[in-house]
Amino acid sequence: MELVALLLAALLAVACVAFVARPFLAEPETGDDSLGQASPAERERLRLLEDRDRALAALKELEFDHRTGKVSDADYEELVGPLRRQAAVALQGLEPARSVEAEAEAGDKVDARA
Amino acid sequence: MPELGRAALVVALGLVAYAALAGGYAAHRGRRRLLDSATNALFAAFATVGVAALVLLAALARYDFSFSYVASHTSRELPLGYTLASFWSGQEGSLLLWLLVLTGLGSAAVALNRRLVRSVLPWTVPILGAVASFFAVVLVFVASPFATQVAPLDGAGMNPSLQNPYMMAHPPLLYLGYVGLTIPFAFAMAALASARTDERWIVATRRWTLASWTFLGFAILLGAKWAYEEVGWGGWYAWDPVENAALMPWLVATAFLHSVMVQEKKNMLRVWNAILVAGAFSLSLFGTFLTRSGVINSIHSFTQSPIGAWFLGFIVVVVSASAALIIFRLPVLRTHTRLESLVSREAAFLYNNLFLVALALTVLWGVLFPLVSEAVRGVAVTVGAPYYDFFAIAFGLPLVLLMGIGPLIAWRRASLRALGESLLWPAGVALLAGGLLLAGGAGSKPAGLIGYTFAAFVLAAIVLEFVRGTRARHALGSETWPGALTSLVARNRRRYGGYVVHASIVILLIGAVGIGGFGTTREAKVAAGESMSVGDYKLTYLGSEEERAANAQEVRARIAVSRGGDELGTVLAGKNRYFAEQQTSNEVAIRSDWLRGEDLFVIADQFNGDGTVYLKVLVNPLVNLLWLAGLVFVLGSLITMWPDAREQRRLASRFAEEGVLVRV
Repeated sequence: MELVALLLAALLAVACVAFVARPFLAEPETGDDSLGQASPAERERLRLLEDRDRALAALKELEFDHRTGKVSDADYEELVGPLRRQAAVALQGLEPARSVEAEAEAGDKVDARA
Repeated sequence: MPELGRAALVVALGLVAYAALAGGYAAHRGRRRLLDSATNALFAAFATVGVAALVLLAALARYDFSFSYVASHTSRELPLGYTLASFWSGQEGSLLLWLLVLTGLGSAAVALNRRLVRSVLPWTVPILGAVASFFAVVLVFVASPFATQVAPLDGAGMNPSLQNPYMMAHPPLLYLGYVGLTIPFAFAMAALASARTDERWIVATRRWTLASWTFLGFAILLGAKWAYEEVGWGGWYAWDPVENAALMPWLVATAFLHSVMVQEKKNMLRVWNAILVAGAFSLSLFGTFLTRSGVINSIHSFTQSPIGAWFLGFIVVVVSASAALIIFRLPVLRTHTRLESLVSREAAFLYNNLFLVALALTVLWGVLFPLVSEAVRGVAVTVGAPYYDFFAIAFGLPLVLLMGIGPLIAWRRASLRALGESLLWPAGVALLAGGLLLAGGAGSKPAGLIGYTFAAFVLAAIVLEFVRGTRARHALGSETWPGALTSLVARNRRRYGGYVVHASIVILLIGAVGIGGFGTTREAKVAAGESMSVGDYKLTYLGSEEERAANAQEVRARIAVSRGGDELGTVLAGKNRYFAEQQTSNEVAIRSDWLRGEDLFVIADQFNGDGTVYLKVLVNPLVNLLWLAGLVFVLGSLITMWPDAREQRRLASRFAEEGVLVRV
């Protein structure tokens, strides 16, 4: 019984080692082994995306609260402007990046055709 | 096969240590394959701990008393259900359950967010590995469930107070809650370590946090039900240190669930949220320490054990490392967003957080003070219910009030006039309820009267929120009233699921005030044929009877119950004398009246040689609302957690823009 248990344990250990080593066994040599750090530009883009979503969600919530009567007309008028501006600023910030991406994509397509 | 169990734990220790060290190196140096390898080690650790758990379960099922653990916690006469549940009734088994749940939940969380972990939060794997390493070390070197001995003829049996069906569910659910808090902790600390303080760790762990919090909350209530039925003093929560140990992380996690919404909506409180996540996890470790170290005399602390120092050391490491990381990342955590108004939803959340954390710290001090006193002055001190009751009322009542006010205030800022209009109906209902209660004689318990008035206020506010929302959706034109209500909840699951959870807390409050403030107790020694009255019940002692059960000798007093001349039947209350354990337990009789929400609770405390019995009888009004609150709580949590296809599409689209896919 003890021998069987030890054999099973050894089998378990070998299976675990093989599984843990799998990324190296499956890809013994690789050109790119890095995790890929986000560049400052990517982080800024992420911040803008979060700002945009936050402003849009706040606008949606404000509309709903206004419809349910939780926010008065006066409060609504006062709050909706800054939120729209915030969303617009985030969208504006995202625009150049989008344009560059679109140009790069278009360029790639042209290159591929050539 | 204890050797297989031991070997599996040693392999698991190697795997989680590798996940911690290799994963840490990979995260630090940005090595992709090494991080994948560390992730695989975490997955493999779950499988190997699973093998160890199966070995222990098999030993329990076979009553293999050559395992010291099996011999210490079971006996041949113990029913199979309890025998298998003794997996978590002892220290070593419960630590194995901790590690099993931790590696399982950790693996699932990493697998479901693999691309996020790899590209944004690589430190998640080493942090999970480090926490698991601690438990694996304790299991391998200090408290192994696979220690062996020469098998005795029979085992020592299970503590009688654990022989209750709720024991089968309460500890595993509690551990799912405790251990589940490791997931948001690991992701949050990984975000700090990687200096990625955007909200993706929150999105990735939102449901994990909610699920852990739900498990913990429901487990606390199941523990209360267990105590109510099994401990037999007639109450449901005794501020026992170990009960408090589960309550503290739940309170802090509750604060986090509220304040994290402020971070999502206003990009505020990022430092505070990191502190709350670390605090909730540290308190869950502290809870396990209290339960398992034997440092505090409690019904839960079954053994004095050597693991206390290990746990204390680990808690110190976790708190210090988390604090250091938060301080180190303060420059990137701080935001320039400020509160726009003290009358706003986010301000209400802030007040709610302050009360919740203050309550948690007060409870923590109540638990720690006897330990500190004994360690410093050598004087044993007990912090009793009056201390906890005072602070529960002082902090709890404003919290209840905020539960009603918060949802009625808009985000950012609200004019006092708009707020006044919103509060009009709930305040009117509350005043009416308070007046009626006062007229009905509830004024003798001021705290109870205030509690019920506030409860009416919150319930009215919740109803008002549902009515206003449904009306607004119906006004859009295309939906019927039920359709408008359904789509209102479906489109705002977190908000309206949250309101259902608030309703459950109010129901719990009503039940707790009922049993605590308006109950009736009578004690009497009665002979066969004699009667006693409690409230409007009349109890007649008919005589005693004895029976031999599988593992205990049962003695019961048979009591006829009537109310207002109507015979309600008989109840049996008495004691069990357990053979193997050589212990006696109280087996109370509980007659529930679901219509009135009250229990008749009978304790037969002493069977005398002259044929008399000493009875203690309680009428616990509204106590059944406590258990109903548990079901409503789970319903509300499920609504909140239920996947929202619209939300998932929105997040998928955003993460596609970011170039990272995250399951939510």
